[in-house]
Amino acid sequence: MSESVIHLYPSGPLLALVGNPNCGKTALFNLLTGSRQKVANYAGVTVERKEGRLTTRDGKVLRVLDLPGAYSLYPRSPDERVTCDVLFGRAAGEKRPDLVVCVVDATNLRRNLRLALAVKRLGMPCVVALNMTDLAEKQGIKIDPEALSAELGMPVVSTVAVQSSGADPLRDLFDDASLWSRGASQGLPKTTAATQPDAQGHESDHLAVRRILQRLGLDDVIPNTTSDRIDRVVLHPVLGPVLLALVLFLVFQAVFAWAEVPMGLIESATASLSEAIGGLLPDSWLKSLIVDGVIAGAGGVLVFLPQIVILYFFILVLEESGYLPRAAFLLDRLMGSVGLSGRSFIPLLSSFACAIPGVMAARSIANPRDRLVTIMIAPLMTCSARLPVYALLIGAFIPQREVWGGLALQGLVLFSLYLAGVVGAMAVAWLLKHFTASGRQVRPLMMELPSYHLPTVRNIFIGIWHRVEIFLKRVGGIILFLTILLWFLASFPSPPDGATGAAIEYSLAGMMGKGLSTIFAPIGFNWQISIALVPGLAAREVAVSALGTVYALSGVGGDTEQALSSLIASHWSVATALSLLAWYVFAPQCLATLAAVKRETGGWTMPLLMAGYLFALAYIASFITYQVALSMGLG
Amino acid sequence: MRTVLNTIQLPKWGFAMISTVNKARKRNDSGDAGTDETLDHASIGRALTVQYVEAPHAAPEWARWLEEIGFIAGEQVMLMARGLPGGDPLVVRIGQSTFALRRAEAACVRVASLESIDPIRFEGVSA
Repeated sequence: MSESVIHLYPSGPLLALVGNPNCGKTALFNLLTGSRQKVANYAGVTVERKEGRLTTRDGKVLRVLDLPGAYSLYPRSPDERVTCDVLFGRAAGEKRPDLVVCVVDATNLRRNLRLALAVKRLGMPCVVALNMTDLAEKQGIKIDPEALSAELGMPVVSTVAVQSSGADPLRDLFDDASLWSRGASQGLPKTTAATQPDAQGHESDHLAVRRILQRLGLDDVIPNTTSDRIDRVVLHPVLGPVLLALVLFLVFQAVFAWAEVPMGLIESATASLSEAIGGLLPDSWLKSLIVDGVIAGAGGVLVFLPQIVILYFFILVLEESGYLPRAAFLLDRLMGSVGLSGRSFIPLLSSFACAIPGVMAARSIANPRDRLVTIMIAPLMTCSARLPVYALLIGAFIPQREVWGGLALQGLVLFSLYLAGVVGAMAVAWLLKHFTASGRQVRPLMMELPSYHLPTVRNIFIGIWHRVEIFLKRVGGIILFLTILLWFLASFPSPPDGATGAAIEYSLAGMMGKGLSTIFAPIGFNWQISIALVPGLAAREVAVSALGTVYALSGVGGDTEQALSSLIASHWSVATALSLLAWYVFAPQCLATLAAVKRETGGWTMPLLMAGYLFALAYIASFITYQVALSMGLG
Repeated sequence: MRTVLNTIQLPKWGFAMISTVNKARKRNDSGDAGTDETLDHASIGRALTVQYVEAPHAAPEWARWLEEIGFIAGEQVMLMARGLPGGDPLVVRIGQSTFALRRAEAACVRVASLESIDPIRFEGVSA
């Protein structure tokens, strides 16, 4: 969600970490730079750019760049293209690295060293970080860094990225001045030649690696028995899917159950803050702006922070441990039936927290068509921003009773709303598969199932912190701005003298709402809902606070959510509420997502297409829901 | 095996040449029952070696992609598991890594059982 490229540490030498996916590169990056990192995007593409700062023992300050993982220097996904562009010195707004650290998984030298050789050929000063040496030793692989260094013709140091002192030898090496000039004189190969597939270089790299491993006595293939044993359960045809369902169930349970207490705390903190500030200020438009606008608006969104933290905690743990690719494997067949691959699972799972990281995660999908379809259906996954809307409406309109022997009706409705999103997404993907030419092509999976690892607290913590930072920036930025804007629209102009209705009916927002309600009348929305949908377009969760503001300024009732719930229960019909729920399953009410899609797809075509089809779906779904509910006497 | 592999000089073929090289090798292996099969038909847990990779006409880039992740002639390969339903996708151990491949991708990889590769004859083919 960070919009621009930020040149944080423009001075100082630039060091880039390069390596195969799953070689522990990011863990090493976290260890080298600690918390001094900045996550942004590369210019022009939505590929996450991670930069950090490192101070060597001699006090030299280095900028460290964590490049996306790549198998070779022939890119097959936008991620890998960034890595190549940076290494070739072609990336916009990016300096060519002064030193490249090739991170190599010591348990898989055979594949990892090929990339190191290819990078070395580029002629930059280069050093190999032999990572995961602890795991290698456990597997009985003993590597002599000196001998490997002699074979490769570049410095080699052992690192253990999961130990706090595991990068010290590498860090010490950076003070060696000769390291930085090594190989630099060879210059850059001609870019045209370098971008062309170079079969001979590729082939000879493989032979070179094979020879090196033979000379070092490392060419025995040692099976990874621990991972294999775990896989026997996790990938079991029957146990595997059961386990996956259990894991997903646990994640969603935790997101709702564990978040309850911290959410209550945030809510009461917001309430007491607005009370305290409200008591200090005299009754005026300023008090209304701060209490009704700023505090109520931002607080209403901040309340989702616990849920986002919990969901990311699970996603990061599953990712770090190596389980997510297995889940993708188990779901590949299912996703394949609607023309996607298992790879789409990870972006779609992220979309349950928020579609924006989901859209961004789609960049790891190599096939452009699969990537686009995944992006297009990501907003149909029920993001956490819909929760407050669902919670409000379900609490107000669905009776608290049990059906079918002990199942809570409210919970069932919530579950069916999630299900409606998933089914809708699958239906859209299925249609795209059968009615587009590209949908019928066969596309590869070729997905690595890395060895299982115990996740480290540091990496999980840093990962969650990045997400929290992005979310808080969003609350502080676009959401706060819109809340204030809505407050303004709903408060001005003031009603004329002798007006009989509520003040808001005479305001700009009131006029807009009345205009919109003619469009929304067939699906049962009144003018208050229509107004709330306008700021709700920018971010879904704002609709709740907007309804609160609208009804508060209508002078009908109080301003707490409790009051809002009973207020709408008495003002709206059940048919209207169900129709609004159906609307929220599909409607693209999130400008930030559309902006992310625009950046990701490089133009306005896709975001406009997305908004169009989602609005159409939402209108149709709401229309059917409303009319059916009316005919059932729920009007 | 180690010393033999040292002496092999595999031809530096381009991608266009792969199929011709393949044919030469295929001819040599024929007659050895069960050595000329594709990875998608392999039985689970059997130690195999990659003979060559042959991409379908519709997706010539698969050959490079498979080679990049380790499917190179002579590498050890093993089918670890099949997904359900329909035995798709597959879990494949290649060298020291594990990959999930769909059947169509695994079908690009020609394999031979590990024991059936006679190092001397292998060398003879390449020379």
